[in-house]
Amino acid sequence: MSAASVGIVMLVHTALERAEQVARHWTAADCPVVLHVDKNVDEAVFQRFRQSLASDPLVRFCTRHRCEWGTWGIVAASQSAATLLLQDFAEVRHVYLSSGSCLPLRPAEELAAYLEARPQTDFIESATTADVPWIVGGLDVERFTLRFPFSWKRHRYLFDRYVDLQRRLGMRRRIPAGLVPHMGSQWWCLTRQTLTAILQDRERARYDRYFQKVWIPDESYFQTLARKHSSRIESRSLTLSKFDFQGKPHVFYDDHLQLLRRSDCFVARKIWPRADRLYQAFLTDGARALTRTEPNPGKIDRIFAKAVERRTRSRPGLYMQSRFPSRWSVKSVTSNRYSVFQGFSELFEDFETWLAQITGARVHGHLFAPKRAELAQGSTMINGALTDCAKLRDYNSQSFLTNLIWNTRGEHQCFQFGPGDRQEIRAVLASDPNAQISVISGAWAVPLFRSDRDFGDVRREAARLQQIEASYLHTLRHRETKARVRIWSMAEFVEAPMEPLQSILDELGHLHPLSTPPALVNLDGFGQFLQNLKNQGMHPHLMGDFPVEQGGLDRAKPPRKPYLVRR
Amino acid sequence: MGLWDSYRMRVRRKRRLVRALRKSAELSCLQDNTRAIQPSDVLLVCTMRNEQIRLPYFLEYYRKLGINHFLFVDNDSDDDTVAYLQGMDDVSLWQAKASYRRAHYGVDWMNYLKRKYAHGHWVLVVDPDELFIYPFCDTRPIQALTDWLDSSAIRSFSAMLIDTYPKGRLSETPYHAGQNPLEIANWFDSGNYTISKNPMYGNLWIQGGPRARVFFADAPRNAPALNKIPLVKWDRRYAYVSSTHALLPRGLNQVYETDGGEKASGALLHTKFLDTLGIKAQEELARSEHYANSREYKAYAKALEQQPELWCKWSEKYINWRQLEILGLMSKGNWA
Repeated sequence: MSAASVGIVMLVHTALERAEQVARHWTAADCPVVLHVDKNVDEAVFQRFRQSLASDPLVRFCTRHRCEWGTWGIVAASQSAATLLLQDFAEVRHVYLSSGSCLPLRPAEELAAYLEARPQTDFIESATTADVPWIVGGLDVERFTLRFPFSWKRHRYLFDRYVDLQRRLGMRRRIPAGLVPHMGSQWWCLTRQTLTAILQDRERARYDRYFQKVWIPDESYFQTLARKHSSRIESRSLTLSKFDFQGKPHVFYDDHLQLLRRSDCFVARKIWPRADRLYQAFLTDGARALTRTEPNPGKIDRIFAKAVERRTRSRPGLYMQSRFPSRWSVKSVTSNRYSVFQGFSELFEDFETWLAQITGARVHGHLFAPKRAELAQGSTMINGALTDCAKLRDYNSQSFLTNLIWNTRGEHQCFQFGPGDRQEIRAVLASDPNAQISVISGAWAVPLFRSDRDFGDVRREAARLQQIEASYLHTLRHRETKARVRIWSMAEFVEAPMEPLQSILDELGHLHPLSTPPALVNLDGFGQFLQNLKNQGMHPHLMGDFPVEQGGLDRAKPPRKPYLVRR
Repeated sequence: MGLWDSYRMRVRRKRRLVRALRKSAELSCLQDNTRAIQPSDVLLVCTMRNEQIRLPYFLEYYRKLGINHFLFVDNDSDDDTVAYLQGMDDVSLWQAKASYRRAHYGVDWMNYLKRKYAHGHWVLVVDPDELFIYPFCDTRPIQALTDWLDSSAIRSFSAMLIDTYPKGRLSETPYHAGQNPLEIANWFDSGNYTISKNPMYGNLWIQGGPRARVFFADAPRNAPALNKIPLVKWDRRYAYVSSTHALLPRGLNQVYETDGGEKASGALLHTKFLDTLGIKAQEELARSEHYANSREYKAYAKALEQQPELWCKWSEKYINWRQLEILGLMSKGNWA
């Protein structure tokens, strides 16, 4: 079967030997090819290239123009080539615009059959400026209303200044009557009728003059004029071409072979010139039965969309050689939610074991204890070969925390914190929306109360811990704190522990009613202990009011709501 | 960064270049194939001493990756290094008998060679025990990467050093020439690296891994730097300032994204921990030619006496670059 009804226009800049290979592939299926070689290509190189294809009767070379990205030259090249193609090959009914780095993925006959079934349809992506999301550089409708005499690639400064100037002076160009600016992919496939109408339009000289000063006219000239002349536009490109976040086309390599095969697209762009396997696979097709499947670039779309997302947003909470966000440019410090408990392991017998059993989370001891990081179950090391060594941890405590949370992603982490720990991590915890911080203020006094240390020591230590905790609470209550914080005074908590515990468990995803609460440590005489501290001139205020006489805790008093700072 | 800072850096860079020129007197050329270098070739520059045993695999690995020409500086080896390299068409070889330390650990010599031969080329600077990997390195040659970097207007490419080590004692499995060192040293630490920013050059300072864990747990500040920028589209005005950790001008050190995304990056698998390290540590200790009075080698020599095991329960076994990318040690960035 012959595919002579499709003519190919190829714009060639580099990798001429690949262009030659592809041109031969088209002509082997009787598709005529008109090549435009960039005028920037050395004359001798061009002549060699021309010679190499001279024997092929279906190949023509058109007038050469200088093609620079975003300039008129590319449109002029397409015009010259298309004119020559329509003139020399009368049987052509559709013209397919491609580049030297395009690769046909399906046999030319399939493309011809596809187009023959849609004889009146123009395949050209074409949308109004208000509706396109892909514009890079912030110029949308201004592409059509300002003038762009300076090259964006070579004279960026002049380009920018002249745009500024025109904006400031309110300079506006008039869009030629009868045209509605449309934009879209540069790679189209138009019918002979539409293309002839565009090329032979009586107003063409005026349109050309106008578009010569439009920015990136290759994405708007045919797209706009097709709207004027076409009877049926299918606004999509038959060429698979994806752009990254800088607006530069993604490149296909050998390892994309299966992906490209499954895409069922007719032509893909851009192919890396040295992707031998791709050229080999797609240009030497065996005698396959023709298929009539619709192009389906969905999977490739997703892969490239993911790449763009990785480059712009990526994996939160990851710090590595090529991602080191400043604190202000990301929402969270860490990758996952975690819970920090202050005062719980002091107030309850074996709180950590209880919490681990009931929630299934990994519950560490005091990760920032001065001697070592108390990892869960007394381990000396955790995922990622992160050790419990205090010196390594304190060398960069934020890295320690972010590493720990990153390494154990997928499993909720809980750890204890308190005024007896290294405090450098405090600011990080407070500023991290992933941190759920629960504090029973003043509970640090319980181990002191139960210890048999010299009372002078105890008093000094109590004063020190209280000072540290007070300043921490101040930080947590600050309006810039992003962690979700709950603070109870110890007295408050002891009076009605069930409600706060239940709310903590709810947060951890444990939604059953609390059946086995942890056991409170024996606090008989704690009130007296506090009174003794007071008598020694130290004023313990963070634990709330504990009466000197024991038993006072049972007094009926309406329970207070937990103090919810932020969630 | 103010004008004064920029000026200071400019002076520093110029001094490096002058120094490189002065130190070039210490280089004597043993084999010059540099005329064979084509304009689009990717080059590799490496300084080494007594690494003959590693060279067969090293050359095989990098030739397969697509390196077109090797520029070696041999620092007074007394093994068969020179004889081995002689006669290879894609190798140019210089010898330096002078002090490694006083040539800024080889940086001056290599800065000179790059200035002379690598202008306008992509050039990879690695040690003989470093294997460069990058996204898709199993399916795309290094020219695919450099072409992509060119089209993205990126001039330098980061590849963090990842120490690999064997399971069991170092002396247990001897390495033989031509063998892939990753057959023996194929474990690594995946999640214990610390990062901070070096305000002077704007590069990241990464430490951690097994060396920090085992040898420098008491003095983490002294643990070796793991950040490296080994692949650069060289210009004769550029200069490395300390190993391949940082370059001038400082813009080349901006290999990381600060606004929340990920740039593309690779890794250097550092296969230092083989049975060959014992001899090396003794020798280097005696020469005292390495960074900070060979602090690192002192630590090794001391620890090696006790035959330490670097492997631990949480070590990861190396599979491929995709594994490193999932673990968050390197990234595809927006290359797909």
